[in-house]
Parts: sequence; C-alpha cells; structure tokens
Amino acid sequence: MSNVFVYCEVTEERGIADVSLELLSKGRKLADTLGCQLEAIVIGSQVKELEQTLYPYGVDVIHYADDARLFPFTTLPHTSIVVGLAKEFKPEILLFGATSVGRDMAPRVASNLLCGLTADCTSLEIGDHEEKKTNTVYKNLLYQIRPAFGGNIIATIVNPQTRPQMATVREGVMKKEIYKAGYKGVVKMVDVAKYVSDTDFCCQIIDRAIEAQKVNIKGAQIIVSGGYGVGSRENFKLLYELAEVLGGEVGATRAAVDAGFIEHERQIGQTGVTVRPKLYIACGISGSVQHRAGMDQSGKIISINTDPEAPMNAIADYVINGSVMDVLPKLIKYYKANSK
Amino acid sequence: MSFRIVVLAKQVPDTRNVGKDAMKEDGTINRAALPAIYNPEDLNALEMAIEMKERIKDAEIVVVTMGPGRAAEIVRESMYRGADGGCLISDMKFAGADTLATSYTLSMALRKLSPYNVLICGRQAIDGDTAQVGPQTAEKLGIPQITYAEELVDVDEKSVTIKRRLERGVETVKAPLPCLVTVHGSAKECRPRHAIRVMQYKYAATPSELASADETRKARVAAKPELQIKEWTAADLAADPDRLGLAGSPTKVKKIDNVVLVHKEAKVMDASDASIDGLMKELISTHIVG
Repeated sequence: MSNVFVYCEVTEERGIADVSLELLSKGRKLADTLGCQLEAIVIGSQVKELEQTLYPYGVDVIHYADDARLFPFTTLPHTSIVVGLAKEFKPEILLFGATSVGRDMAPRVASNLLCGLTADCTSLEIGDHEEKKTNTVYKNLLYQIRPAFGGNIIATIVNPQTRPQMATVREGVMKKEIYKAGYKGVVKMVDVAKYVSDTDFCCQIIDRAIEAQKVNIKGAQIIVSGGYGVGSRENFKLLYELAEVLGGEVGATRAAVDAGFIEHERQIGQTGVTVRPKLYIACGISGSVQHRAGMDQSGKIISINTDPEAPMNAIADYVINGSVMDVLPKLIKYYKANSK
Repeated sequence: MSFRIVVLAKQVPDTRNVGKDAMKEDGTINRAALPAIYNPEDLNALEMAIEMKERIKDAEIVVVTMGPGRAAEIVRESMYRGADGGCLISDMKFAGADTLATSYTLSMALRKLSPYNVLICGRQAIDGDTAQVGPQTAEKLGIPQITYAEELVDVDEKSVTIKRRLERGVETVKAPLPCLVTVHGSAKECRPRHAIRVMQYKYAATPSELASADETRKARVAAKPELQIKEWTAADLAADPDRLGLAGSPTKVKKIDNVVLVHKEAKVMDASDASIDGLMKELISTHIVG
C-alpha cells in the first residue's frame, strides 16, 4: 500500500518545524481517509527528540537521514534523498512546507520524478475525478486547492496519473493537532551514501545569519492589520499603537509588505501566514482572495475602509466607513475610556 | 564570447492591477482587460545578469522567453536595458503547459543554447506564484541552483557567490558554474532603458514579425545579426511532443470556482465619535477585547 509522506524540516534549534507538524496533522487525516500509513522524512543531523515529537501526530514510520553534512539544508543532497526514498517506497502523496526550503527543493523532486506539484495549497481533500475525454474515473485523488490568477479564481488541481501527488502548503494553513499522545511508530535510518554522491555537496554555505522568530502573529488573539491603504511606514505606527493598547499584534497584506511599509514576517495571506485570532481589525485592506485566505477564520472582523464596496467589508462583522488615520485614534481613545 | 548568461523571462498579465472588468460575466478571465507586462522579478534577474556581465570580461546576455508571438516584446525590452540577444520559444504545442512541461521545454531550449555559464530568472511569476519553473529546469539540466538571490557577491569564470534572502535571515552561498540563480524581488531594481540601446535595438524582430514588416525593416534586420531575435518551435528543439503543453502536464485543473463572497450581516457605521464609542462598548461587553 502506498502511503502519505511528509518532508519534515529541521529548525535552527534542531527540532521539527511547526509547518511540518501541521502537515503531519493533515497527513494523518488523509492517511485515515485512504486507509494507509503516515510516514515522515527527516533529513539533518543530531535532531532532538525526534520520536517524542513526531509519534503523537500519528506517524507510523520516520525515515531519518542523520549526517553532519545534511545540516544546514542545501538543495542537492536533500533532493537526492527524497527522490531516492520516493522511488523506493512509492508514496501516494508527498507534502512539503511552502517555506524557503520546501519551495527550493520540492520542484526539483517533482522534476526528477516527472510528477505534478501544486504550490501554496490552501486546502487538501480526497475525492474522485472523472476524465471526460477518456471516460476514466480516478478514485481517491488528492484535491489540491489554491487561489490562482491573482486570486480571482479558486482552482482545484488533481494529478490523475503520476505518483506521488505532490503539494506545498504555507505555515499556519493547516491546524496542528495531536493525534494520539501514546502513538508509536518506528524509525528507519536512511543509508545516506546510497542516495547522495559527493558532487551533491558542491555548493558551499559561506555565511548564515538566521534570526530566531521574533514576532508570533499566529498565536495572537487580536490582530491589527494594515493594507496598502494605510499609505506609509509612518502611518503604520498608529496600528502598532492600537495593537499595544489592545494587547495584540500587527499584521499586513502583501501589498503593504511589497511597498516596504512593514517587514515580511508580518505578512498574512496565501503567501504569508494564516491566522485565526479572536478579533481581526483590517485597516485600509481591500481584501483580495489571497489575503482573505489567511484570515477569514477569524472570530470577528472589523473593516475600516473609505471604500464602502471593498470586498473585505463583505466578510466583516463591523464595517467602519472612514479613513484609517481618522478611526484608529478614536478606537484607542474609546477603548481607554471604556475599559476601566 | 566566452561567458554566456541566459536570462529566463516571462511576459505575464498584470494580476496586481486587476480592475473590475477583469472577470467576465461567466466567471472566466477577460485577458484583454489585463495589460501584459515583464514579470517583475524577472526584471530583478535581468539587473543581476547585467551586473555579472560588468564583472566578467567578454560576457554576453541572452534572454529566453516562452510565449505567444507578442512575447518578443520581452526580448526587445531586455535589449533596451542591457541584453545582447534573445530567443522566443513559441508553438501552439506548448499551450496549457504546467510547470513540469514548461521546465522540460525550457531545458530543451537551453540544451540548444549550450554552452552557458549562468542561468538566471525571477523567483516566481505573478500569474502563478509557484516559484517552480526555475528549480525544475535546473534539475532537468543537472546543474545546482541558488534560489532567492538578493545580492551578487562575486562571480568569476568558475563560480558564483550569492546572498540569499530567507524567511528569517540571509545566507551566502557559493556554487560552481554552470548554475541556476532565481532572484528575489528584494534584489536591486532593474536599471531603466538606455536611450542609445533603444535606438540600436528598436527594429529587432523575430522571423514571424519580419514576415509582416515593411521592406526597410526587413533590410535593416538582415544587415544586422544582433537585431535578429531567434524563434524556435517544438520541432526546432527536437522536443518529445508527449512532454509538451497540456499533454505533457501531470497536473490537471479539475475545477475553477469563482470567488463568491458570502455576505455576512455586518454592522455598518460611520467614523463619528458616537459610533466608535458604541462599537468599543459592544466589543468590551462581549469580551472580544479587554
């Protein structure tokens, strides 16, 4: 039986990345639907608490490649190992985090295996597919669902014939959920020399400066988020002020990040993080599909916009027709006045 | 020329400026309403290619683009900014290609352009945002890659050293040549057109464009090889037809859904003090804040 495989990323601290645990949670559900096993691929060196971390997510097999040369990540050796394992164990589904590691390597793996790959999926489901031309029905395919064409459409992609069915998913899109606390699987050590050649180590990392994660907007209960409509980096200070008063974090749209108003790690949406706060205050955000994909699960949404027709207003619980610079000081003022 | 830099560039619909008329009544895309532009990160890649050329003696820049006939505009635009020549890969057989079929097609064109020293392209195109074609092409050619390039640190005949932009930091990587580099939008912006280059290259054309051009232009291009944009079809690439276009694409679009907004019953208010005061009282009393 072909199984569901997840490539698990090793963090700077030699643990397993959150995005990988989220994918394992989803992978377990897919495996249960298909009636197969869940397998994890871990490539690195001296990874801490591997089994304790992974088994509770319902992992049946951990393929562990442990070699000092495999950390930090470089493209070619990791690609060779994943390609080798895929050829040997023939996964039904193979998932990667849509991180700078996953998006660097997954295309090479797909290219080598001549498989389809869908980037930045916002949902994964199992279902059937009928190819009308050939009158063939494919059972239990992976539906890879993502916004496309600038977010104007939502596309469901399938790979009827090639295996594995491959997809990348952004951090925060899937929910991290423990499957069974006492779940037990097995570790299979990967024979690194079998897959990796010396020429795979031709790229040298000369220097690395990776910071620990500073902001954690994923965990925030209240998010004050700004779009291009905020207008400037200077104006974003008001958002920080409101966030501080409310005990929340500041987020942003891709347009605001691209415009240089705010740093990328605060970007919310399909190509940023996905958040589910209790309250989301959208400041000058028109509300593209990609952005909404990252926040539409919020408890309550307030949309502040001068455009009454902004798509964000359609999913908001409260709509304030007005300018951000006018409304935010009042929100701060009346929160202080009423919260005593 | 001893050192060849190949820029892979794409003409894309400007999805960042989608107006209200971009979608037709039936939910399909109204391509006519979207202007075709030079993919933004491919322009960053072109700039890095020009920087490489400035550091290497006898280097040339060749631009390769895949698309319909009008994509020849991408080659001319590149010439105006610093490229020396270009090639349009165009054939109805390429239609409907996903990233795998596209990377196969490009890899066949690059084999024809071989030997090359550096392949360079944008990290991703704004019409798909997949960031897959670059790495997939490198894999097919069996060469290493450096993705998310932000700054060219060094380049010589044997290797390239690049500073990469990652989620939470930067990394400097040295790779042997030939190598593929994908360039991040945070890299240096592309220099503008150069007036002299515009004069020099504005008549550059593909054979298809020349077929409908006037005699003066035909004569001009015939006299100057640098104005001849190459145009290759599937047959010119000796490509396997089963691996091209829709037929060569393992991913199939099962379904396209329009984005339909389910309207909630929103409370709509103005920005007056009374409204904001009332809103805050409600949020506090329902324990949403505070």
